[in-house]
Amino acid sequence: MTSEIDTISAIQQAALRELAAASDLDSLDAWRIAYLGRRGRLTGVLRGLAGMPIEERRRVGAGANALKERLEAACDERRAALEEARVTQVIQEERLDVTLPGPPLPHGRLHPITQTLRDVLRAFRDMGFQVAEGPEIEWDYYNFEALRIPADHPARDMWDTLWMDFEHDGRRQMLLRTHTSPNQIRVMEHSQPPIRVVVPGKCYRFEATDPTHEWMMTQVEGLAIDAGISMADLKGTLAEFARRIFGQERRVAFRCDYFPFVEPGMELRIDCFICRGEGCRTCGRSGWIEILGAGMVHPEIIANAGYDAEKYTGFAFGLGIERIALLRHGVDDIRYFYANDLRFLRQF
Amino acid sequence: MRIPLRWLSEYVDLTLAPEELARRLTIAGVEVGEIISSGGEWDGIRVAEVEKVEPHPNADRLRLVTVHLGDGERHRVVCGAPNVASAQKVAFAGVGARLIDGHTGKAVALKPAVIRGVESAGMVLSEKELGISEEHEGILVLPADAPVGGPLRSVLGDVIFDLDLTPNRPDLLSILGVAREVAALTGQQVRDPSIQYEEAGGPIGGIAAVEIADADLCPRYVAALIEHVKVRESPAWMQERLVAAGMRPINNVVDITNYVMLEMGQPLHAFDFKRLRGARIVVRRARPGEKLALLDGSERELAPDMLVIADAEEAVALAGVMGGGDSEVTARTTTVLLESANFHAPGIRRTSQAFKVRTDASVRFEKGLSRQLPLIAAQRATKLMVELCGGRAARGLIDVAPVKPKDVRITLTQERLHRVLGVDLPPAQVRQVLTALGFGCRWLPPDRFVCRVPYWRTDVAIADDVIEEVARIVGYDQLPTTQLRGEIPPEAPQPARDLREIVRDSLAAAGLQEIITYSLTDLDTLGKVLEPEELATNPPLRVANPMSREFEYARTTLRHALLGTLAANAGGNAGVVALFETAKRFLPRAADLPEEIETVCAVISGRKPDRWGQATAEPAGFYDAKAVLDRLLSDLRVPACYEATADFAYLPGRTAAVVVDGRQVGLLGEVHPRVAASFGIKAGVAMLELDLDALLPHVGGPVHYQPVPAYPSLEQDLAVIVAEDVPAGRVIEVIRSFPLVREVSVFDVYRGEPVPRGRKSVAFSISYGSPQKTLTDEDVSRERGRIVARLGQELGAELRE
Ligand SMILES: [Zn+2]
Repeated sequence: MTSEIDTISAIQQAALRELAAASDLDSLDAWRIAYLGRRGRLTGVLRGLAGMPIEERRRVGAGANALKERLEAACDERRAALEEARVTQVIQEERLDVTLPGPPLPHGRLHPITQTLRDVLRAFRDMGFQVAEGPEIEWDYYNFEALRIPADHPARDMWDTLWMDFEHDGRRQMLLRTHTSPNQIRVMEHSQPPIRVVVPGKCYRFEATDPTHEWMMTQVEGLAIDAGISMADLKGTLAEFARRIFGQERRVAFRCDYFPFVEPGMELRIDCFICRGEGCRTCGRSGWIEILGAGMVHPEIIANAGYDAEKYTGFAFGLGIERIALLRHGVDDIRYFYANDLRFLRQF
Repeated sequence: MRIPLRWLSEYVDLTLAPEELARRLTIAGVEVGEIISSGGEWDGIRVAEVEKVEPHPNADRLRLVTVHLGDGERHRVVCGAPNVASAQKVAFAGVGARLIDGHTGKAVALKPAVIRGVESAGMVLSEKELGISEEHEGILVLPADAPVGGPLRSVLGDVIFDLDLTPNRPDLLSILGVAREVAALTGQQVRDPSIQYEEAGGPIGGIAAVEIADADLCPRYVAALIEHVKVRESPAWMQERLVAAGMRPINNVVDITNYVMLEMGQPLHAFDFKRLRGARIVVRRARPGEKLALLDGSERELAPDMLVIADAEEAVALAGVMGGGDSEVTARTTTVLLESANFHAPGIRRTSQAFKVRTDASVRFEKGLSRQLPLIAAQRATKLMVELCGGRAARGLIDVAPVKPKDVRITLTQERLHRVLGVDLPPAQVRQVLTALGFGCRWLPPDRFVCRVPYWRTDVAIADDVIEEVARIVGYDQLPTTQLRGEIPPEAPQPARDLREIVRDSLAAAGLQEIITYSLTDLDTLGKVLEPEELATNPPLRVANPMSREFEYARTTLRHALLGTLAANAGGNAGVVALFETAKRFLPRAADLPEEIETVCAVISGRKPDRWGQATAEPAGFYDAKAVLDRLLSDLRVPACYEATADFAYLPGRTAAVVVDGRQVGLLGEVHPRVAASFGIKAGVAMLELDLDALLPHVGGPVHYQPVPAYPSLEQDLAVIVAEDVPAGRVIEVIRSFPLVREVSVFDVYRGEPVPRGRKSVAFSISYGSPQKTLTDEDVSRERGRIVARLGQELGAELRE
């Protein structure tokens, strides 16, 4: 019966010798399977206990279990040492060139006009304006008539129009909207004050293109109507917008301007951030850059919407996103935006 | 409108430097687009007095001229001008002065020269050499009071404001109108030009007659008659002013009509009275088929809604637009009938647009001029004709005004002023500003101003117009600035907009570059990507006045734009190019605005990159586009399926309809090589299109949470052999319908030995699980057996061992 005990001590000798020779994690795993695995040598001894008399079983079992614990502990110790050695090896011999690139991930970007438009809309949203949209192909009524620009009005020269081939009563009536202002009328048609809305969208002009002119453009129209809205609020809203988009230190100035659907009308200018007011090419030597047109909604338009024009006042503004994007990014030719040259677009 | 400041200063004292004046005008709404300095290039050119003129010893046509520049400074120069004479004041360029070389256009310093053996120490200059005109026969002779030795600029130089005017202010299309603005902005007084003259002739009523037949188009017609005029050049000062303002001098009579138009803003027309048959003017609509030869040499056939000025027989002028050739003032004219009228503004604009003729007269009339102006302007022009043409004015004027012009009165309350501007302005300040602008203004306490609008301000009609006048002169920047208060309106949801923005983010995150292309295109381009029948049955909306053939139709698809942009960017992009656009397609509807369908279109092309980003041989294709689309639909939580389909632009056998809830919402596939080639693209292109409006109702709302499985999953693979035409998607559907299947995905498709021809092996990785217990191998084997049996029955699949 001593043979079993001898076997255990033989296993122990062989196991510890081989363990010391296991020089990496793979051979350690092989060693573990050979001795401690389901079909390992020590496991075989333990399995053989079932057929032994009770005394023998107790004695041999105790020895085998003690050896199992010892071998497991030795294995863990050896594993820790090997892992440590492996890390040391990586640190010492497998350094990476950190300047090499990672494998390519596809990288898409939004068009710079989309990016600028989102920033502009966010600025107005933060001030309580909602975003709405309207059709790009419009009736003359919304684009002109309802905005106090009847047929044969000289102010129509302010918007060179692309007309659709559709006549009614002998007149062209359908057009590619020349500005987002038709949405002032459309919004008022289905809402009651208080109104605070911005309407982004594409607009179109019959225009030859050059570095500062493009026939398709993106505008944002703004409209706020309530009892007690004044030009002071308009100035405050636009100044806040300009600072959010162009920087907190921006100075703003207003000048009188004319649009048939507002009275009084104005233009917002910011101090040129290129020359800081000294005068340069970007600002046309004036030190100021024109940003947008605005004004108090004409009382006739308020009344036409069915609102009490004595009580309700409001303001409207319209700004060109391309112009803002040009200024923010220092782009010197507006035609880049819709030429869609990837060497341009991928910069943004 | 060009405003020469020398001329402007005749009506108002200019107390500010030009730059500051321009700034103040611009802020007040009178935009000075450009400040042009004439004479800035005349550095070193001075006024000299001719002391002595002697013959040149060696040349008959040259003379030796001694000029004096004051303080004893004298120079002798050789001069070829025939008109040089003693005691003249002339423009002198000494040695070293910089002159523009007539040939090169560059400034060069003048050097001493020896001309035919005599030294010349400078030049006496002609108008051409000064850049004033083309005149080079003689030297420029300056006014006798020009200061000897002073810079020429102080005598002839001027500053011109080029105004960018708004269409509401026809009064500013005049020097006097601008003077009124300057006066109001700088606290000066306006000096109105004189309209006093002697009426030496007989009563006008006995000589000429005026009849307005169509008063709706002509509210007022004033005529003056000047006899014994001598038509010749107008005096130099008037010619200089006209040139400075951008007009060409013609003769004294025509120049006076232009001068008064520039001065007061009222277009005038001078008829050779002797050429008017019946000695009368009839203002009437054109007769059907009536023709008129205009001053510009063209002959026009008139439409019956056009207003003409006629004599007793025929039209002699196109009212408010252009005179006729037959009644033009010529050198032989002795009697002038001067027209100063008011015409219906929209009518003038219609006529001018119909003939595509814009004149200085029509651009003023179309903006709506004052009905009180014709009389004043007629008097002013008559006075000048008496003084400058030797004319004799008939007694009185003919003034036909079917509707008497009236002053406009407006009541403005302090309450309204506060409501619009957000500030209380002192009544005294309001009155002072309005009075300075020529308004009459009475303050009626406690709250009212009663304002009389000056006759020239045809743009001021309501109280808010008056408020703008006050605000712009005070200066918008001087008014307070506040933030919006009050209620923020309730949020109106914009799901279509939100969807589009999510789509943009998802596609960009998937590696696609966003582009924005033009909404207009041409039929040929549409024909490359749309089936001819489709284009014929649903023709796109046409632009009636396209800028070019390239942009003539509102697009009904985005395909061409993506392919065109891909083609344009082909050079230098060896790797994958992936683009997308979200935009409207325009589908025409009968007698209504087109349907605008929010659409996204994307293309992927090129060879895929290796670990280093270098292009491999493997092209991006159908499944790369599908991966993008799957990601997008997963972001939107739209459960879509794909069905093989066919479309003109896509390659048959590699085209799928994107179907949501039984409805097609888009297409996915490889672009037909014929279509790609029509854009010059040789590489394969995968494309996807989604109709976002159709997709919108299927976009998931907030996610409804599923409990995380309490019991573990068991993974097992399953490979089946099916016929080629059985889509993997069908097999997946069947597998997924089993209750213990949690997830299933394809991991291999194999064709070839030992799989028989016409069949394929598809391998799936299936994850089994149960909400009630941990599954055993036996549970999974039973479920797997049931799956294999069902696949065999329904799809003819056999297990691949
Ligand atoms: Zn600048």
